[in-house]
Amino acid sequence: MMSLSDLPALTIADLQSHLRRKEISPSEVIESLRARIEQVEPKIDAYLSIDFDAALKEADRVNVDLPLGGVPIAVKDLINVAGQPCTCGSKILGNYRSPYDASVIQRLRAAGAIPLGKTNMDEFAMGSSTENSSFKVTRNPWDVLRVPGGSSGGSAAAVAADAAIAGLGTDTGGSIRQPASLSGVVGVKPSYGRVSRFGVTAFASSLDQVGPLTKTVRDAAMIMNAMAGHDRHDSTSLPDPVPDYTKDLGRDLKGMKLGVPKEYRVEGIHPQISSAVNAAIKQLESLGAEIVHLSLPHTDYGIAVYYFIATAEASANLARFDGVRYGYRAKNANDLLDHYGRARGEGFGEEVKRRIILGTYVLSSGYYDAYYVRAQKVRELIRQDFVNAFEKCDAIISPTSPEPAFKLGERTANPLAMYLADIFTNTANLAGICGISVPCGFAKVNGSQLPIGLQILGKSLDEERIFQIAHAYEQSTDWHKAKPPLPARLNA
Amino acid sequence: MATSTDLDVGYVSKLARLNLTEEETKRFQKQLADVLKYAEKLGEVDVSSVEAAAHGVPMFNVFREDQPCDWFTADEALSNAPAKANQLFVVTKVVE
Repeated sequence: MMSLSDLPALTIADLQSHLRRKEISPSEVIESLRARIEQVEPKIDAYLSIDFDAALKEADRVNVDLPLGGVPIAVKDLINVAGQPCTCGSKILGNYRSPYDASVIQRLRAAGAIPLGKTNMDEFAMGSSTENSSFKVTRNPWDVLRVPGGSSGGSAAAVAADAAIAGLGTDTGGSIRQPASLSGVVGVKPSYGRVSRFGVTAFASSLDQVGPLTKTVRDAAMIMNAMAGHDRHDSTSLPDPVPDYTKDLGRDLKGMKLGVPKEYRVEGIHPQISSAVNAAIKQLESLGAEIVHLSLPHTDYGIAVYYFIATAEASANLARFDGVRYGYRAKNANDLLDHYGRARGEGFGEEVKRRIILGTYVLSSGYYDAYYVRAQKVRELIRQDFVNAFEKCDAIISPTSPEPAFKLGERTANPLAMYLADIFTNTANLAGICGISVPCGFAKVNGSQLPIGLQILGKSLDEERIFQIAHAYEQSTDWHKAKPPLPARLNA
Repeated sequence: MATSTDLDVGYVSKLARLNLTEEETKRFQKQLADVLKYAEKLGEVDVSSVEAAAHGVPMFNVFREDQPCDWFTADEALSNAPAKANQLFVVTKVVE
């Protein structure tokens, strides 16, 4: 018999078999998470708001035989959940309540999932540490003096700490994969257009994707089964049929060609990450995969291209925050310009302002061609690199992050150093391809065990392949079973 | 390629309708100069034969049927308004 205090640590797949055998009820799952959240939240601060009453009401009438029936899912606080706050980690939306569900939430509800809690994030998803939140700093469950990664750091930390069964994030340059790597969980960035963004606050519209953060690859595939697919409310969502992403889980890797790009063996990569990833590559070989060495020659330009394109798009997307229809409004504005300038100047945090300035600059008359258009052209070369690489291999292997979790406050004064955290992740967003981060070991740093993530990149719409590879690797190792040094589960 | 010293944060903040304090203006001037200097490497790339890509996945002219459906009521649309009256958003005076 399952003890209630064991429930928060379960995977979706295990939780469901207990639910379907009626050994536990959906409301007991919510209550067990409430107890776990009360226990660990003072240490990690992963959530911005949680409405247990709303979740319990849904739990009462949910059908556990649905694909995600009775499974609670934590939601990054820029995805609209009807009736709940949606702050985007920003003071400018401090009092905002969502009047509607994002399409991904509608789909997850239709599959029986229960949204539970809105998770902390870097303001408007701009950051790699979750320190740019207007409200609180989330800490890494593996070492509470370190960052969980970002911008989806709240969801990553909650899943890692068993304070959530699974979570949702968004990935614009690595914001799902990098926190997954630093917090020791699985994180997926779907192909561009695979998942609807309707109801998800836009950061950079040619890059953003919604994806899952989970304890296992199978759980991520199950969430993608429910979330992916065309949405008439998002003109960038692709009409291609959605396969069953769990179908190839368990298939071996015989004949699979995995590319290892030489550009991802850069100087400055943490030595323990290099050795963990090398060991993972050997492991994949022992599972039957063939390793192909190849080149992605324009990799080194990724960060520069990304910061021009992402900030340009952000400066346009964030123009909607004008203090008129919703959000913060400064008192006693003299005129309309004063109204806009103060609503935005007082409402936005520092990193958001910095990026709006950079984005406005690269789009401004006289600089547009030199910065923005040139960046778009180099982006096309980066995309071509991947097209060429995928002629030689089925998927590409790399570290997710060049470093394990860094200390709180270590990078906040140096934006450029923070931007370099995305060096291995953001080219996938620029090229529109899919990627996953899966735990592949630990770095021992000053007495702490810090998780390391292995990144597997696949062709656009080839999520099945990266799930198959990640699952085969995960199941042949014990990394995903390790738990962070938090208080043990309460006795029920 | 423009040089990084061209950036005038004070001027750009006016274009962006974003008030900055003097201290922020100074700090961003320095930090963004560093970012622009780092990005100068884009000038090395030969892009003479490349078409600019707006998206990783090319998509053009996506249409859908124009079907009326129920959407927000006025009350719902106004539910987050910082100021409202008579089912309307109240804004700062625009015309003298």
